[in-house]
Amino acid sequence: MSLLRTFDTGMRGLLGHRLRSILTTLGILFGVAAVICTVGIGTASADSVNSRIAALGTNLLTVSPGSSTSTFGVRGGSGSANTLTMEDVAGLEDKADVPDVAAVAPVVQGTATLVSSSSNWSTTVQGSTSGWLTANARTLSEGAFFTQKQVTEHAQVVVLGQTTAAELGATVGSQVSISGAPFEVIGLLTSSGSTGFTNNDDLAVVPLTTAQDQITGGSPDSVQRILLSATSSTTIGSAYLEADQLLLQTHHITNSASADFNITSASTLASTAASVTTTLTILLASVAAISLLVGGIGVMNIMLVSVTERTQEIGLRKALGATPRDLLRQFLIEAATLSFVGGVLGVGAALLAGFLVPRLANIAVTITATPVIIAVAVAAGVGLIFGVYPAARAARLAPIAALRSE
Amino acid sequence: MAAEIIRLVDVTKVYGSGDATVRAVDGVSLRVQEGEFVAVMGPSGSGKSTLMHILGCLDVPTSGEYLFAGEDVARMNERELASIRNRRIGFVFQQFHLLSSMSAWRNVELPLLYRAARDRKQMALNALAQVGLSARVQHRPNQLSGGQQQRVAIARALVTTPTMILADEPTGNLDSKSSREVLDILTGLNKSGHTIVLITHDPNVASVAARVVEMADGHIQDRVAA
Repeated sequence: MSLLRTFDTGMRGLLGHRLRSILTTLGILFGVAAVICTVGIGTASADSVNSRIAALGTNLLTVSPGSSTSTFGVRGGSGSANTLTMEDVAGLEDKADVPDVAAVAPVVQGTATLVSSSSNWSTTVQGSTSGWLTANARTLSEGAFFTQKQVTEHAQVVVLGQTTAAELGATVGSQVSISGAPFEVIGLLTSSGSTGFTNNDDLAVVPLTTAQDQITGGSPDSVQRILLSATSSTTIGSAYLEADQLLLQTHHITNSASADFNITSASTLASTAASVTTTLTILLASVAAISLLVGGIGVMNIMLVSVTERTQEIGLRKALGATPRDLLRQFLIEAATLSFVGGVLGVGAALLAGFLVPRLANIAVTITATPVIIAVAVAAGVGLIFGVYPAARAARLAPIAALRSE
Repeated sequence: MAAEIIRLVDVTKVYGSGDATVRAVDGVSLRVQEGEFVAVMGPSGSGKSTLMHILGCLDVPTSGEYLFAGEDVARMNERELASIRNRRIGFVFQQFHLLSSMSAWRNVELPLLYRAARDRKQMALNALAQVGLSARVQHRPNQLSGGQQQRVAIARALVTTPTMILADEPTGNLDSKSSREVLDILTGLNKSGHTIVLITHDPNVASVAARVVEMADGHIQDRVAA
């Protein structure tokens, strides 16, 4: 039997059993669409969770004075023995040595009382440079952050957290005094909630130089800690190594165990992020696997039922001179067509859902290539195997046994 | 001299093994000449169905010799048997065995799909004309009466111009009027030169054949009708 005629026969077989063909196609369609959509929703959720965690500053590394060993934890002094200098800061700002560090912000910190025209409020005052905003992954809701020029000029300007601003009744442009010196409020930070017991919205940020002059005191050359932000959450590891390498070098330390500084990441956040991502990935994989399984079983059932139903037809065709090969080809073409059409429609349905769902319900769907390929391959594979295998078995039956089957 | 279509020599078909062995056909020898109309008659369990399977190349004998139009069928593999069935034998079954999803002419065309054939539609239409169904070519089996369905099946058997038409209880599912029509068609085909082997349990049906082979317990008893 020629291939063309087999194709014709297969097509007529499909058209002759419209309901069965439609049900099989629907089975594959929903299987494929379900997998793509669930994975799409999962991917979108994972992305959104990851971006929210990234917004909390998982890219952040903190260099503090002191040392640590792997066995005994943190040891050595800090605070009084300030080993970090503006020279270190300048080194870290050099992109050539630390390409994965996006922003550098030296910090000095103290507590001071802020006084406005209506009230006073005691809070943390940080002195830093223009890189502070990026290094902390913060944004402004209003006004502007101080510039590098204002840092150099020891400008009397301050950026306030939302809580501090509210307590003082201060807005952009108002005057507050910090430790008795007058400052102009030039910006307000966007609220970022709390991390542990720290209220991230209760603080004041002033230029580093101004803070050293009037709030924290100490040598203008030393800083209490240096904040670094990696270019992304994936480069935080290499940013860590680059910074570590550079500081060991500038501090002339050969043995990293005796380092006089200590680099930490926002470790709780980072590990939380990692575990959340892992959980989401496992969730996604299980949902996809279950969808695939359900879709696959649906396709398998329809295929098995339809072949059983057609055993008489197989017997008749054999009696009329069809060889097992003719029959195998016919069923292969039927199953392949159903799988292909079902797969294509399934991808189409998933794309349509991916377009409509975010617009109708507030659910993000991110459709990526991998689940599309896997879903289509599995559905088509299951369709082919369970369309062809039972048919191949039936084709080997004695024609009379197949004819007599009910 | 007419050619010999069927030559069975001491053919035996055994089913099962050990104590459950059944010798459904036991040492049967039979010859059928071209142009004959032979009825194989016997009660159920007589082995006539098994004999029909062997005659129709749907099954091979356990032992014995079977030459079909000179070809040694007993030792053929499945592909060769399929080819013999397609080229040489036209089947008519008790349950018609038409494909319900196809029109009458598509059903008649079916055996032509498994051989090299041009003008398949024309051949199918000619065969349907021979059984008087030219007006029903587009009908589905469920739109036809039982007698008409069996005539479609006869057309399907005819369309390949087979060496032999093998009819297995062709009237078993039909009323007496439709049975008469079907038997008339078979008689007519025999008159125009077709070799027909008819399997039945019914002596009235067998009586239309020129020669009746009676079968019982796997053996046959040949007699020529008066």
